[in-house]
Amino acid sequence: MIEFRNVYKVYEPGTRALNGVSLKIEDGEFVFLVGPSGSGKSTIIKILTAELQPTSGSVFVNGFTLEKIRRSAVPYMRRTLGVIFQDFRLIENKSVYENVAFAMRVIGASEKEIKKRVPYVLELVGLENKSRRLPNELSGGEQQRVAIARALVNNPNMIIADEPTGNLDPARSLEIMMLLEQINALGTTVMVVTHANQLVDRFTKRVIAIDNGEIISDGMDGYFAYEEE
Amino acid sequence: MKKNNIGYLLREGIRSVFLHGFMSFAAIWVTVACLLIMGTFSLVLYNLNEMILDLEKDNQVLVYIDETYSEAEAKSVGSQLNMIANIHDARFMSRGEALNSFVAEQQDEALFEGLDSSTFRDRFVVSMENNDLMKQTCEEIKKIEGVSDVQAHYEIAEGFQMIQRMLNIASMIIIAVLFVVSVLIISNTVKLAMYDRKEEISIMKMVGATNGFIRWPFVVEGFILGFVASVLAFFLQWGLYNFLENQITSLDTLHLFTMVPFVEVVELVAVCYAAVGFFVGVFGSLLSIRKFLKV
Repeated sequence: MIEFRNVYKVYEPGTRALNGVSLKIEDGEFVFLVGPSGSGKSTIIKILTAELQPTSGSVFVNGFTLEKIRRSAVPYMRRTLGVIFQDFRLIENKSVYENVAFAMRVIGASEKEIKKRVPYVLELVGLENKSRRLPNELSGGEQQRVAIARALVNNPNMIIADEPTGNLDPARSLEIMMLLEQINALGTTVMVVTHANQLVDRFTKRVIAIDNGEIISDGMDGYFAYEEE
Repeated sequence: MKKNNIGYLLREGIRSVFLHGFMSFAAIWVTVACLLIMGTFSLVLYNLNEMILDLEKDNQVLVYIDETYSEAEAKSVGSQLNMIANIHDARFMSRGEALNSFVAEQQDEALFEGLDSSTFRDRFVVSMENNDLMKQTCEEIKKIEGVSDVQAHYEIAEGFQMIQRMLNIASMIIIAVLFVVSVLIISNTVKLAMYDRKEEISIMKMVGATNGFIRWPFVVEGFILGFVASVLAFFLQWGLYNFLENQITSLDTLHLFTMVPFVEVVELVAVCYAAVGFFVGVFGSLLSIRKFLKV
């Protein structure tokens, strides 16, 4: 579960990125976070992953209170999240298998656990036959699947996808969204940050719209509802 | 650090040394050069100190005994001299021995034939434990009953002390500068390795790697660089020292300079090189890692 309570974030010199944001996402939900560039979406993600501290207000992420979190506890909070980026952020000289295994290795998983878990996750994202390939031998959609597998492999409570379809064509984008929906159906909370309005409206999910650092709509009415505000 | 990780972190550290082959090679050899200069300077200083100590031993103090004292009475003063803490040795020299010694030093001994030993006084030839305390010790000697005069070359002792002090200060400065240079070189090499793996580090942080986990491979890399440099520098130092020793022995026919054999300092040099190599490598790595872990 994540919750923002009256969160403000002011960047130097006085730029307000978040202006009293309050929102709550329960376990198992699928949520779209939409808004134009500079609306505050990225700031929300950076606060969720503890890359930034809010100027004021409270943020709770899977049992951690972020304004009070010790630096040494941040890695453990991050293990409850799986983050997917628009540019995939794969390690170019590691194979698909190694890219996914790497995420388990850095949290101290044993080789036995890695050998059991990685093939399962690769099968879940449909890449079981490409585990030995390098990232540059894969299409954009496949690379994003590797990134999803890496985000999933440590069994996080929540997946945060930051513009996951930004570099993909419409057909591949739909595949990725359907994969995220499938992951959500297995019990993982999913938050997708996107501009892709048509894609959002193909799914009947909760849409939180943000503009100028404020939540301007929050409901099940799709992206167009926000555009009409 | 979890047990599962140890092998992985060591492998990553070693892999990184080879991955940045040229930079590692350069870092090792520049560190070797710094260690060699530091080591050579320290060994030269060590040898000069030993030579100064030897020379200081020759800077003896003459303690003259009252002329009215018999030889037996004069000898008894020796027990009081030996009670002074800074006196290393007090050797009695009778009037007769003083006369013989004087005559032997002259070019034309015949001129002094018939010279009576009563012209001379009984005396003690005194060497000090620490020549820095020569003045105070001489003052103490003068207070002993039966001592008529004390002859000491304070200016020579002070000259040795000044040379020693200057050498110590100069070598400390040079060693400190070279040490900092070595740390910065290793630090820079590790920093380049970190820039190269910036993306990987940001992914590690994002999936929940602890700072310790991220730090270890780089510390291992720094340690390997420092260790290899110290081993190479040690053996080169050994060769260089023996070469210089042979050259000095063959050129210095008057034996003005004597070098301490390397085998006498081999353990000290090995421990110092290992310690400096370890510290330079590990500290250099830790220095460059700090800012990358702030995300």
